[in-house]
Amino acid sequence: MDASVKRESLETMRVFDLATTPLRALNSALHAIAPGTNDTNFEVVNPRGSHAVAVGIDQPVTVDVKGSVGYYCAGMNDGGTVTVHGSAGPGVAENMMSGTVVIEGDASQYAGATGRGGLLVIKGNAASRCGISMKGIDIVVHGSIGHMSAFMGQSGHLVVLGDAGDALGDSLYEAKLFVRGSVKSLGADCIEKEMRPEHLQKLAELLEKAGLKEVRPEEFKRYGSARKLYNFNIDNADAY
Amino acid sequence: MCGIVGLFLKDSRLEPQLGQLLSDMLITMTDRGPDSAGIAIYGPSTDGRAKVTIQSAKPAVDFANLEGDLAEAGLPARVVVKSTHAIIAVAAARLADVRSVLASLRPDVRIMGSGDSVEIYKEVGLPKDVVARFDVRSMSGTHGIGHTRMATESAVTTLGAHPFSTGSDQCLVHNGSLSNHNNLRRDLIREGMAFETQNDSEVAAAYLTAEMAKGKDLGEALTTALDDLDGFFTFVVGTKSGFGVVRDPIACKPAVMAETDQYVAFGSEYRALVNLPGIEDARVWEPEPATVYFWDHEKAA
Repeated sequence: MDASVKRESLETMRVFDLATTPLRALNSALHAIAPGTNDTNFEVVNPRGSHAVAVGIDQPVTVDVKGSVGYYCAGMNDGGTVTVHGSAGPGVAENMMSGTVVIEGDASQYAGATGRGGLLVIKGNAASRCGISMKGIDIVVHGSIGHMSAFMGQSGHLVVLGDAGDALGDSLYEAKLFVRGSVKSLGADCIEKEMRPEHLQKLAELLEKAGLKEVRPEEFKRYGSARKLYNFNIDNADAY
Repeated sequence: MCGIVGLFLKDSRLEPQLGQLLSDMLITMTDRGPDSAGIAIYGPSTDGRAKVTIQSAKPAVDFANLEGDLAEAGLPARVVVKSTHAIIAVAAARLADVRSVLASLRPDVRIMGSGDSVEIYKEVGLPKDVVARFDVRSMSGTHGIGHTRMATESAVTTLGAHPFSTGSDQCLVHNGSLSNHNNLRRDLIREGMAFETQNDSEVAAAYLTAEMAKGKDLGEALTTALDDLDGFFTFVVGTKSGFGVVRDPIACKPAVMAETDQYVAFGSEYRALVNLPGIEDARVWEPEPATVYFWDHEKAA
């Protein structure tokens, strides 16, 4: 390897070993990055299920986490690219604003909850409540998702290559859900909808962004809101 | 919030390390439950002998010359004192007599559990202190479960700590809260079950004991628990040879499992599992809601 290249890579890659370094040192370093800084590549080793790894990023940094993480990894991410080379505990990428979070393994419950933007890719399965109250985030799950996913989803897209559990899209607003496999049951006010050309186009775009160019959008079904719960309906008064 | 852990060994070579491994798992879960901690450990069965774990608020008084007093009462026994707890080993045929003899000899001691192999240790305080107090690290065994408690439904006392044992060699740890425990307790009392506390988790343990007394195995009892218990729960349950896990259908209480050729492990979080041997290559998964998982040494053999 060319000596100058090697020197540059050493300067720009910062490694945090969570077996010897407190988590706060990592997160403080991520929060201290000024706009336009070159120092943007981070590697985290020995995460050993730690909570709140790489939360609150607000610059376009790249963070590679070598192992599995606990609660709330990459929470509130705004512009960073975080890759977890392992599995993630509950609430990964919760309230993401922008950027990309990739989980190479599985994700526990409420992955991408309340996310406002950015892309969350889960290469394994996601557990219950994936994308709950999503508000603009795009989520692509290679495997399957658990029950109550996209509950009260307001906007954004949830793409699932595998199956969905019970009560998909319960009380859904305008989030768009695409599932290739089976759906165990649909939640209140969630219905299958026609896949129109603009949906196929959007789905193809999301699959490509998630590195799944070979997957055919035509194999998916689209689910969305029947819009019957938006307003109070006197005929339903007995149900309240 | 509580922390629960469990470890069921498939490889007997790990048995001498069971206490050590469970202690690390339990201490890692301290910030999920700093109020009290407890552990149930299934040690090697001793031929023809059974064990009763007792606890006392005044161990210096209650455990003094206990062996001699038991012998005098016609119940030959071996007594091993560990801090506030003591293990009374008697001939298996005399197990039922221990409770009645103790009731007259030492009316203030509490029976934590009994059976052929289980020993139960639980106290208020931080998990690391509880582990040190009972020297859990030195214990060997085939399987064990542990709990770190953040109390929600009843007082922070030794008796309110988990595990709860309501039947021979049976015990349960619980993360969650039950909403129909008062009704269920009344029903179980009518069926002849006795209760030590007002704790919701004790009701779950007693429910399983009562169902297994009707002839169900652990897996079947856990399956009917899904219909009969209302509330939030992740349970880890031990029997003499078995180890079971079940989560309620909502499944908001966390759970992670890992399995290798050597063991099956349970943790409220993955953090609890990171010190286990070979965890890097273990199959790690989140148990499904309303799904019963159980393993049994006898059925596997």
